Amino acid sequence: MNAVLHLASVSRVHGEGATEVHALRSVTFRAHPGELVAVMGPSGSGKSTLLTLAGGLDAPTSGSVWIEGTDLATLDNAGRARMRRTSVGYVFQDFNLIPALTAAENVALPRELDGEKGRIARRLALTALEEVGIVDLADRFPDEMSGGQQQRVAIARAIVGERRLILADEPTGALDTDTGEEILRLLRARCDAGAAGVMVTHEARHAAWADRVVFLRDGVVVDETGADEPEILLAGDRA
Amino acid sequence: MSIRQAMLAILEQGPMYGYQLRAEFEQRTGETWPLNIGQVYTTLTRLERDGLVEVVGHGGADDQADQGERHVSYRATEAGRSEVSEWFATPVPRSQPPRDELAIKLAIAVTIPGVDVATIIQRQRSATMASLQDYTRLKRTGRAATPEEPADLAWSLVLDALVFDAEAEVRWLDHCEARLRRAALDRPPVRRDAPAAAPSEEIVR
Ligand SMILES: Nc1ncnc2c1ncn2[C@@H]1O[C@H](COP(=O)(O)OP(=O)(O)OP(=O)(O)O)[C@@H](O)[C@H]1O
Ligand SMILES: [Mg+2]
Repeated sequence: MNAVLHLASVSRVHGEGATEVHALRSVTFRAHPGELVAVMGPSGSGKSTLLTLAGGLDAPTSGSVWIEGTDLATLDNAGRARMRRTSVGYVFQDFNLIPALTAAENVALPRELDGEKGRIARRLALTALEEVGIVDLADRFPDEMSGGQQQRVAIARAIVGERRLILADEPTGALDTDTGEEILRLLRARCDAGAAGVMVTHEARHAAWADRVVFLRDGVVVDETGADEPEILLAGDRA
Repeated sequence: MSIRQAMLAILEQGPMYGYQLRAEFEQRTGETWPLNIGQVYTTLTRLERDGLVEVVGHGGADDQADQGERHVSYRATEAGRSEVSEWFATPVPRSQPPRDELAIKLAIAVTIPGVDVATIIQRQRSATMASLQDYTRLKRTGRAATPEEPADLAWSLVLDALVFDAEAEVRWLDHCEARLRRAALDRPPVRRDAPAAAPSEEIVR
């Protein structure tokens, strides 16, 4: 099975000289169809950096990022934006909702940008909002919602349509235990249905929903659990 | 000891022989704390000696047991019932925390020069995380995921206890790691040739 996401010896350096920060150091990482991977590590260890590189929101200083067999470096801006809209669902650590749009409009936006008819995009958006349990808030604006509700809108936006890769930065951060568990159930179901998921989390109990847990520290993968499953070993031989 | 009272509480529901008792216990707790059948009968014998259970005759249907003794059914006596009430009415004491091998291991490791505590912590965290993944898998599949009977609910609560425990351990390991890193930044590295007592004083402070 080919990896949906493949980071090949990826490094990311911010700044230069004395202020240089090595956010990631030669990290190799894969996520396969049907697989949910959790990324854990102390604050500043490079988790968000890994995710933004995986989502094509930032480019590596060295190494390459492949999504479904395409090296992101070979795409122009428009191509990358298109890849992000169609293949990748991204849940930002700070939600990143557009304040002037309602919940449903926020969720529908990526579909509309991709040329879907407004009515169909809205229907898809409502389905996604239903899945995260807040369809009744579809016409509210972000500043009329609690943190946990906004987070669920952000998650709905990431799962709307057929995303092959779901990247989530602390998707349960603002949620209570029960709602957090619902979201994990949802991510888990998406992955069981064939998507690849990568989730950053501080919570061990949430990471435990993943097939594999990767530990980052100072920009390096220091350990991982579940890596020795035969299927993953086999898949790991390929790009 | 809690196994004794747990058995007694199950016997309150009606007379049982040893194998049934063990099955009822494991229905509620999975195989988390496996009981061997010898232990069950030893406990029953002691309970009988103490007047907390009594023999109610010989059920012949137990094909798992060969020895006559194992066909014997037991039931809780009046004294047994009050012991169970007493058990439910009294909090489990925390005054003597159960021996925690990991805490002891780290407590020793941080005082011994040359031990790579960071690696001990990381290995432990991965191992505990892997157990947590197993518990979570059991929780979201199988009979704990959709409890239909009280015993299924009991089992799912036991799994929750294991989850909380493992989670607390991971948090504690994160905490130890952060504190050790801070401690290492706050002072020059421990000299390898320092007398054994010196580093322990610095770290345990
Ligand atoms: N734009 C930037 N310019 C300079 N340094 C940066 C930039 N973005 C991130 N960093 C640094 O890179 C390192 C990794 O940051 P990153 O955001 O990936 O951490 P994180 O693991 O997500 O932490 P947290 O758990 O706090 O979200 C940090 O030391 C951070 O300060
Ligand atoms: Mg982050």
